[in-house]
Amino acid sequence: MNSREWPLYEVFIRSKAGLSHRHAGSIHAADDQMALDHARDTYTRRSEGVSIWVVRSSAIVASDPAEAAAFFEPAADKIYRHPTFYEIPEGVENL
Amino acid sequence: MYTQGLDQQGPANERREGVESPADIAAFQARIDAEEKIEAKDWMPAAYRRTLIRQISQHAHSEIIGMQPEGNWLTRAPTLKRKAILLAKVQDEAGHGLYLYSAGETLGTSRDEMVNDLLTGKAKYSSIFNYPTLSWADIGAIGWLVDGAAIMNQIPLCRCSYGPYARAMVRVCKEESFHQRQGFDIMLKLSRGTEKQKEMAQDALNRWWWPSIMMFGPSDTDSKHSALSMAWKIKRFSNDELRQKFIDVTVPQAEFLGLRVPDSELEFDTATGHYKFGAIDWQELREVIAGNGPCNRQRMARRRKAHDDGSWVRAAARAYGDKQAAKKAAA
Repeated sequence: MNSREWPLYEVFIRSKAGLSHRHAGSIHAADDQMALDHARDTYTRRSEGVSIWVVRSSAIVASDPAEAAAFFEPAADKIYRHPTFYEIPEGVENL
Repeated sequence: MYTQGLDQQGPANERREGVESPADIAAFQARIDAEEKIEAKDWMPAAYRRTLIRQISQHAHSEIIGMQPEGNWLTRAPTLKRKAILLAKVQDEAGHGLYLYSAGETLGTSRDEMVNDLLTGKAKYSSIFNYPTLSWADIGAIGWLVDGAAIMNQIPLCRCSYGPYARAMVRVCKEESFHQRQGFDIMLKLSRGTEKQKEMAQDALNRWWWPSIMMFGPSDTDSKHSALSMAWKIKRFSNDELRQKFIDVTVPQAEFLGLRVPDSELEFDTATGHYKFGAIDWQELREVIAGNGPCNRQRMARRRKAHDDGSWVRAAARAYGDKQAAKKAAA
């Protein structure tokens, strides 16, 4: 008898057409189709979605939270990337 | 905008289409009419898909080629601050190209296919990037006018019927606001500077005004893709409507800068509330689109060279990836 644990899947739900899929949570399933069915039954019992993506959790490559400061550091000192860095003189419209 | 809709696609380029039932087409149009968004896996008419692939890839190519005119001034920006800002802007253009290519890929075309169409000259990019950047003031004029025109076009695209394109546009528009402001900031500094600097600003406006006006594409009477794109809500406003809007908001900004818009027929019409403007030289636009603008050959040669020069990097990264995968499999 095969008693290995079913693999973990991450579930992403699109609540309505036009919006991105958002992470909802995860489920266990023995295969991809079962993952979709379980995701539907677990996360959209009240019509929360019009589309579901499931992906094996092991397929996700994530950044390391412990390294977050160094990882995102390059953007920290570039305030000129924001429009508010530039002063718009009074009297100029539609910029 | 960057999507002037001028690609010449003959029947030879059309993909074979399966039979589409009138009922499917009607149901699709009903969804569009009800302002529903179409998503990648939804059924869509082949022509809708094709139109989007053409437009999105053309838009992406424009962002990529658009790095060149500004890149020309990266090493010659007048201060370190201006250089850092320009670098950030050129990086953004690359990023916009990537958002758009990935939106294009949701339609079933591949990145390689799109890039190849650009490199072989099959796909077009916006006419505006075939003009040279002769002085630092041109960097100001591009941000102010070219990005201003792009924003005018891209804001309605945030509501376009195809979800992945609309979402990419939301991202782009957020970032584009910085581009236009930094351009206006450069123009403002120059126009408040010495006589010579003011002349530079005026010269840049003289050269960039008409090409910016042409960015909106042919007039509505000659725009062959417009009607369908409007019906499909890919486009929300016609070329001429957007062009008029752009002129209406930009002329007062030029006045604020104390610069003269190079159009002797420009006149505010109090009856309509819009500016009347002179005749556009459509022959010039046709020439630039046909490949005979001032910089077409240079832009394409540069892009092809960059692509070729990068090939060993792509191959090396791929080889490393394969090696890592093999190691993992063996472990």
